[in-house]
Amino acid sequence: MEDTIIKTENIVFKKTELLTDNELSYCPGCGHGTAHRIIMEVIDEMGIQADTIGVAPVGCSVLAYDFMNIDMQQAAHGRAPAVATGIKRVLPEKFVFTYQGDGDLAAIGTAETIHVCNRGEHFTMIFINNGIYGMTGGQMAPTTLPGMKSSTSPYGRDVEMMGHPLKMTELIANLPGTCFVTRQAVHTPSAVRKAKKAVRKAFELQKEKKGISFVEIVSNCNSGWKMTPVQSNKWMEDNMFPYYPMGDIKLPE
Amino acid sequence: MAKVKGAVVVDVEKCKGCDICVHACPTDVLALHNEVNGKGYHYAYMANPDECTGCMNCALVCPDSVITVYRVKPQKAKV
Repeated sequence: MEDTIIKTENIVFKKTELLTDNELSYCPGCGHGTAHRIIMEVIDEMGIQADTIGVAPVGCSVLAYDFMNIDMQQAAHGRAPAVATGIKRVLPEKFVFTYQGDGDLAAIGTAETIHVCNRGEHFTMIFINNGIYGMTGGQMAPTTLPGMKSSTSPYGRDVEMMGHPLKMTELIANLPGTCFVTRQAVHTPSAVRKAKKAVRKAFELQKEKKGISFVEIVSNCNSGWKMTPVQSNKWMEDNMFPYYPMGDIKLPE
Repeated sequence: MAKVKGAVVVDVEKCKGCDICVHACPTDVLALHNEVNGKGYHYAYMANPDECTGCMNCALVCPDSVITVYRVKPQKAKV
């Protein structure tokens, strides 16, 4: 039976050619891979492979340019929005996006993020929020939840001493330079479909030059959270989603 | 009425055995194999291939894009 089904003409889903054949350097079950795929699928479907320039951050996804088969630049820690500003201003007809984690976008790059959103540059920012510094060994990030354990908050994040988690997406939604701000996830098939639509919309809005289109993707970090991938997705639904609710925060007028 | 028939092919050597596809499958087709691949991961495989409808849920959530999905319509399946 399988032999009659497994034929080229019956393919309904295969890996997009905009992802290279390199094996992803991410841990098993990490949401980064899914996020990479939906961005590349959107670029593929829009037919803008030759007109898109991505900016990779510092963090787990520092090697994003090895996996995304498009033109890419890698920026200093937190400075991806500044680099993307330069690229978009010199080449305004190109589609430009940054791909950043929470340590990059919400910690060391806070100044760049806020000013780029306030100036209203016309590119897309993809923000992967997993509430922890994954690459360096699971340290506390600005987005770590209250009471959440990390290697630098082993008894849980104490908000009295360590401050409150930063809701970067709500923060920048208040700025006049943003046109589309949304929060998505990629842990279930329906969430992946919604996130892909949001990424598509964000890229389409670049044509209208209305300002920053910003997509936050709440993701898991099973290694940093010390869980299996399936457990971490469940934990994310139970703990991350109440603090970081899904949905559109700002829509274009 | 014949069901829609599907099948998935897993790129065994690239699969990291994260188990997310197994939990995303609505018809319990997928499972992790007892054997391991070259990297030492228990890779995903079709344990129950007759139930597959080619819904693509497994491929949508696969972080490493190792799953290819095939589907045939009922009238084709009868032939």
